[in-house]
Amino acid sequence: MIGADDMVIRIRGLESRFGPHRVHEGLDLDMRRGEVLGVVGGSGTGKSVLLRSIVGLRRPDAGRIAVFGEEMTGIDEDRRAALAARWGVMFQDGALFSSLTLRENVEVPLRGVAGLDPDTRRALAELKIAMVGLPLDAAETYPAELSGGMRKRAGLARALALDPEIVFLDEPTAGLDPIGAAAFDRLMRDLVQALGLSVFLVTHDLDTLYALCDRVAVLAERRVLATGTLDDMLAVEHPWVRDYFHGPRGRAARRSGPAAPQGR
Amino acid sequence: MSIKIGTTAGRPEIEISGSLGLPELEQARRRFAQIPFAPHATLDLSALQRLDSAGAWLLLTEQARLRQEGTDLIIASVPPHALPLVEVVRANLARAEPATRPPLTVAALLDRLGRKVAGGAAFLRDLLGYLGIFTARLLGALRRPRGFHLTSLVHHCEEVGLRAVPIVALMAFLIGVVLAFQGATQLRPFGAEIFVVELIAISILRELGILLTAIIVAGRTASAFTAAIGSMKMREEIDAMQTLRIDPANALILPRILALVITLPILGLVADLSGLLGGALMSWAELGISPAMFRTRLIEGVEPIHVVVGLVKAPVFALIIGIVGCRSGMQVGNSAESLGRMTSSAVVTAIFAVIVTDALFSILFAQVGL
Repeated sequence: MIGADDMVIRIRGLESRFGPHRVHEGLDLDMRRGEVLGVVGGSGTGKSVLLRSIVGLRRPDAGRIAVFGEEMTGIDEDRRAALAARWGVMFQDGALFSSLTLRENVEVPLRGVAGLDPDTRRALAELKIAMVGLPLDAAETYPAELSGGMRKRAGLARALALDPEIVFLDEPTAGLDPIGAAAFDRLMRDLVQALGLSVFLVTHDLDTLYALCDRVAVLAERRVLATGTLDDMLAVEHPWVRDYFHGPRGRAARRSGPAAPQGR
Repeated sequence: MSIKIGTTAGRPEIEISGSLGLPELEQARRRFAQIPFAPHATLDLSALQRLDSAGAWLLLTEQARLRQEGTDLIIASVPPHALPLVEVVRANLARAEPATRPPLTVAALLDRLGRKVAGGAAFLRDLLGYLGIFTARLLGALRRPRGFHLTSLVHHCEEVGLRAVPIVALMAFLIGVVLAFQGATQLRPFGAEIFVVELIAISILRELGILLTAIIVAGRTASAFTAAIGSMKMREEIDAMQTLRIDPANALILPRILALVITLPILGLVADLSGLLGGALMSWAELGISPAMFRTRLIEGVEPIHVVVGLVKAPVFALIIGIVGCRSGMQVGNSAESLGRMTSSAVVTAIFAVIVTDALFSILFAQVGL
């Protein structure tokens, strides 16, 4: 039995509407401390909307979202800021500030830390840049000069700047070539282990799912249709889930991907 | 967090307990500075409950600092939960060496200046190139009218001409009002109020009407051209056109610039009329010059050549605005940032070029005595 303390994210009855169009209706989802949760679903099932609702970029139309056991709706700004320091978000294309160099981008969250002198801030930013596998001479370049894969890594370095407990990844391998995507999966696995991260991973990439995830949540029909390990997913009798995990790509990923890491 | 510094057998022993992370960083650093000098020291981490990467960084950099000062600090009993983190930070710390920036020398400054000058020359040549493209496509369209995008031309005439009429008319009207008001206060002490008609008419017809219209159109239209063409460039639409054997210059540049060349003189005329109207109204209200008297003075005292001198500049201004706008659009790279930069630079360049050209026209007309 898992205690409430071990649930870093708890969503109950979430509803998201865009005009007359309902994206989520009565959506429930839990994420445990220290797990990598993969969120999959067809286009338009509201994966990114769910992520944005959790991190507070979008106000839910109904329902409750609790992160670290604290209710997010109606929370005051100071509490929210304190909570936000405990998670990091990596957006699809990195969402780096284009007017700042890569190092300055990573320094942005560190500027909010009281009593940190500029040299330390700089050194910590460079450490994070090295940790995501970027060469150090990239630190002084601007985002426009970098490739898509490097921008994603830099976005990850910024998300990790404050050593968050949860990292939200929005399509981390979209737009990368297979080699770059596999390298990103390896990097994430190492970082998850070293930093003890909980990861909320929105993805389409089956290889990433098999390489990283402890558990998968499938979004369909405006709610979480199924949660469980990848093996559990193979037994789910739902047309979309079947097509997704039993399709040719699903089979290929299952053969080549390592089994989900157990009992960390 | 607490850091205890003790000594056993002349050997400092440091014990850290609790949490060591970003918030405790400065406090921990101050405490480390208090470690007494000794050839060997031990750091005991067995009571450490939480360590983040900033904390691990501090431990390792302090260890390196102490080693340089001659103290060998041994980090002992790292708790198992922190071990992978310490290893990752140690592995990446080795690579983190400060990047050095090349110093700024006179040669580098000269190099930069030279590149700026060469860039300016290349820019002018580029503009000339676009003028050439426009002329070639215009002649091509005259020879083969079937390939000409007439719908596009009409659309752009509406966009840059018709839709600009309200703002241009209002602007010119207000300029007329201001000129009449200023003229009245300056001329009244001399009893020369009646000359306000010539003041308004000559300054608006010769200079202000068309110049200010061109500046407004440069702000409105050069930016619109750059934004439209630039966003197409960004989404590779221009490349797609080329693979489909549609000439971007014919489809995008020719109708836009031609629309400006057609409508800017008309807008200039609108500005002239509206400016005179504003001036006449203000003269009536402020100086008691009736509209009929204004009209008589205007027809008798102001040569029609002033209108020609004003409007003859319009097509040239139109070419400049159009070429600058289209060229900036084609220069947009594949980032949204470059789109923004090129859009604002198009407006600044177009306005600057219009004013410079106006000055050149003034010199020309003075030389030929118009």
